[in-house]
Amino acid sequence: MKLLGALLRRDLILAARQGGGVGTALGFFLTVLVLLPIGIGPDQITLQRLAPGILWITLLLSVLLSADRIFQQDFEDGSLEVMAMAPASLELVALTKAFAHWLSTSLPLSIAAPFLGVLLNLRTEIIWPLTLSMIQGSLALSLLASIGASLTLNLRRGGLLISILVLPLYVPVLVFGMSATTGNPEVIMPSLLILSAIALASLVLAPIAAAAALRAYLK
Amino acid sequence: MQQFANPTRFLSLANGALPYIWAVTLILFAIGLYGALVTAPPDYQQGETVRIMFVHVPAAWLAMLVYTVMALASAVAIIFRHPLADVAAKTAAPIGAVFCFLALATGSLWGKPMWGAWWVWDARLTSMFVLFLLYVGYIAIWQAIEETGRAAMIARIVAIVGFINIPIIKFSVDWWNSLHQPASVFRMGGPTIAISMLWPLLVMGLAYTFLFLALHLISIRSEITTRKLRNLQIARSENR
Repeated sequence: MKLLGALLRRDLILAARQGGGVGTALGFFLTVLVLLPIGIGPDQITLQRLAPGILWITLLLSVLLSADRIFQQDFEDGSLEVMAMAPASLELVALTKAFAHWLSTSLPLSIAAPFLGVLLNLRTEIIWPLTLSMIQGSLALSLLASIGASLTLNLRRGGLLISILVLPLYVPVLVFGMSATTGNPEVIMPSLLILSAIALASLVLAPIAAAAALRAYLK
Repeated sequence: MQQFANPTRFLSLANGALPYIWAVTLILFAIGLYGALVTAPPDYQQGETVRIMFVHVPAAWLAMLVYTVMALASAVAIIFRHPLADVAAKTAAPIGAVFCFLALATGSLWGKPMWGAWWVWDARLTSMFVLFLLYVGYIAIWQAIEETGRAAMIARIVAIVGFINIPIIKFSVDWWNSLHQPASVFRMGGPTIAISMLWPLLVMGLAYTFLFLALHLISIRSEITTRKLRNLQIARSENR
C-alpha cells in the first residue's frame, strides 16, 4: 500500500512537472471549444442544444490523446520493469497508474468542462448532472484508456491503434453520459447509477486486462 | 480436444472433411437461394426488396457468431495453451469482418428503398458498426506486432475485452436509440414471420455457417503452412 502510494505520488509529480498532462489536455479542450462554434455557427440555441455532446466528445478525445502517456515513458526508461518486480502485483501497479492518469488529466478536465460550457451557452440546470456524470465517466475513461495504452505499448503508430481499440469501449460511457445530460429529470438518476456501475466494473476489470497486456510486453 | 493439437493431424482431418463441407455448403445455398428468390412471397409492405433479407440477416448472424468463435478460441488459448487456438482466432477475424461488412453493406442497400437513406443511426446499425470496429482493432493488432508469440498474447486480450463489452455496448446503444426515437424503431416484418419466409432464411443461415466453416478451415490451413514456411526459411538462413 505504501509502495502504491509512493507510485501514485511519483506519477502525479511527474505529470505536474512535465506540464504535459493537464496543460496539453486543457489546451486541446479549449481549442475544440473555440473552433466548434466557429464551424457550427454562432446560433445560441443550436449551441445550447449541442453543448453537452460537444463537451463529452471533447473530454473523450482529450483522454484518448493523453492515453499513451500512462505506460509509455515508464516502459521506455525501464522503470516499468522495476515496478513489475516490486512486491505489489502488476494489476495494482496498472490500477495505480490509471488512477494517477485520472487524477492528473481526466478529473481536472471533467471539473473544468461545465465552466467551459459557459462558452457554449450551457443550460444552468444541466451543470450538476454534467459535472457528476463526467467525474464518474472520466474514471471509466481513464481505466479503459489504460487497457488501450497497455495493449499498444511500444508500437509504432500506437496512437492510431489506441483509438480503434478504445473507441468501442467508450460507446457506453458516452451514451449514459449523454442521457444524464439531456435535461430529462426521469433519466438523470438511472444514467448516473449506470455510469457508476461502469466505472466500478472498469475499476476491477481494466487493471486485470492491462496487467496481462503489460506482461506480454515485459517478457 | 488435445488430440487435435497436432497441426499435422489437424491438417489431414481438415483436408478429408473439406470436400464434404463444400458439398453441403453448395447444396444448402442452392436450396436456400431457391427458397429465397423463387418460392418466398414478396412482402405485402416491402415488395420484392424483402429478398435482401435472405443475404442480409444471415451475414449479421455470422458476424456475431464468428466473434464468439474468436473469443472462445482466445479463451481456449489462454486456459489450455492449445497451439491451434490462436491460429483459429486469428484466421476467423478477417472472415468475420467480411461478414460484418456484408451485413452493413446489404443493410445499407436495403435501407435506401425502405427508409430513404443509406445510413440511419438505428440501434442495430450502430452496434453492428461498433462490432466492425472491434474486428478492425483485432486485425490491426496482428498486423502491428511483428513477433508472433507476443501478438498472440495481446490479441487474446483484445478479443476477450471486446467480447465482454459487446453486451454492454448493445444494451447502451439500445438505450441511446430508444431515447432519441421511441416509436419508429425499425422492426423486421413485425414480431412473427411467415413460414414461407422463415425456412429459406434458416437454410441460408446454415449455408452461411458452412461457408464460414469451409473458409475458416482453408485459412487455418494456409496459416499453418505460412508458419512452417517461415520456420524453414529461418532455419535455412541460420544454417548458412
